Amino acid sequence: MFAAAKNAGALRAASRAMKAGPRTTTARFASSSAGSSSGSFESFLNSRLTLASASLAAVGTVAWYTHLYGTLPFVGEAHASAASDEGMHPIAYPWSHNGVLDTFDHASIRRGYQVYREVCAACHSLNRIAWRNLVGVSHTADEARAMAEEVEYTDGPNDQGEMFERPGKLADYMPPPYPNDEAARAGNGGALPPDLSLIVKARHGASDYIFSLLTGYIDPPAGVEIREGMNYNPFFPGGALSMGRVLFDGLVEYEDGTPATTSQMAKDVTTFLHWASEPEHDERKKYGIKAVIILSTLFCISIYVKRFKWIPIKTRKLVYEPPVNKGH
Amino acid sequence: MSLSNVFYNTIFKRNSTFVPAVFAGAFAWSIGFEIAVTKFHDSWNKGKQWKDIRDKYATVEE
Repeated sequence: MFAAAKNAGALRAASRAMKAGPRTTTARFASSSAGSSSGSFESFLNSRLTLASASLAAVGTVAWYTHLYGTLPFVGEAHASAASDEGMHPIAYPWSHNGVLDTFDHASIRRGYQVYREVCAACHSLNRIAWRNLVGVSHTADEARAMAEEVEYTDGPNDQGEMFERPGKLADYMPPPYPNDEAARAGNGGALPPDLSLIVKARHGASDYIFSLLTGYIDPPAGVEIREGMNYNPFFPGGALSMGRVLFDGLVEYEDGTPATTSQMAKDVTTFLHWASEPEHDERKKYGIKAVIILSTLFCISIYVKRFKWIPIKTRKLVYEPPVNKGH
Repeated sequence: MSLSNVFYNTIFKRNSTFVPAVFAGAFAWSIGFEIAVTKFHDSWNKGKQWKDIRDKYATVEE
């Protein structure tokens, strides 16, 4: 590249020199001295800015690749693990809240809460969601208050310094199924059921993973042995997990008459858990619309103002009239 | 007197009218913008939001 450019420059310089006649020294040293047009191109190629930007581009590309794929490019790696140990990639499902403008389906959140309460809550806590969070999302204030009052909470101390039991209020958080993690482990064969408040954010694949896991239980394939009390699920990293399949057709009875199939319940509870992870989701997308409209308008205005201000400078013409030589 | 002259004389000519016009315009525009975006957002997500299904569960006040 470099040599080719230099040769071309030398050739041009040589042809110029031939037209000029006797000045052959220009052609002779064209490759080692600064010419006119080829010289500016060469000085561009050899400039520190070019060197710095080329280095930056190379380093940046490698860094980007490493960040994206986790390994350096063109460097081989040997893995001792099998792909199945990482768990299958979850299937991408067309969630009704996938689009950049789409809110959650709140009827689905309500059904999902029912599934969580009747099925998941037997083992999994949801300790970052309070009863008040359901108000205006999936339940009315009266419904949420009535549900909270069915649960007894320990409060206190009172005037005598004793703790006492009282019915729940809207401000109380969802009651955990076990008093502490040790009790949860003891009740589930040593495996701790994770808290579900942020589970959608906490797992690769998010909603798709949760749905795939809930509906993905199968018998272990030939050759795969799992321990007693474990269950096989190809979407779970490692394949074997303590939680068994819990969703079966007709397990819950929806109040709105939706048929409670396994996939319907999995979809609803996943939508509910996605809401629990991102309660700000709907409002965030609405602010997104506003931000895009306002910022793109401001951008267009700034382009217009720039052109408006620069147009006299860009279109002006400077005329040089050489002074008339009036003799020596 | 043309329309632009009316605008100039009533709003832009004096700072004492121009600054309040800017403030009032910003206030009115933000309300109108909010209403327009909300209307679009609600029509785009028709039937999905809580306010669309609330009537099924809310009991009438006695």
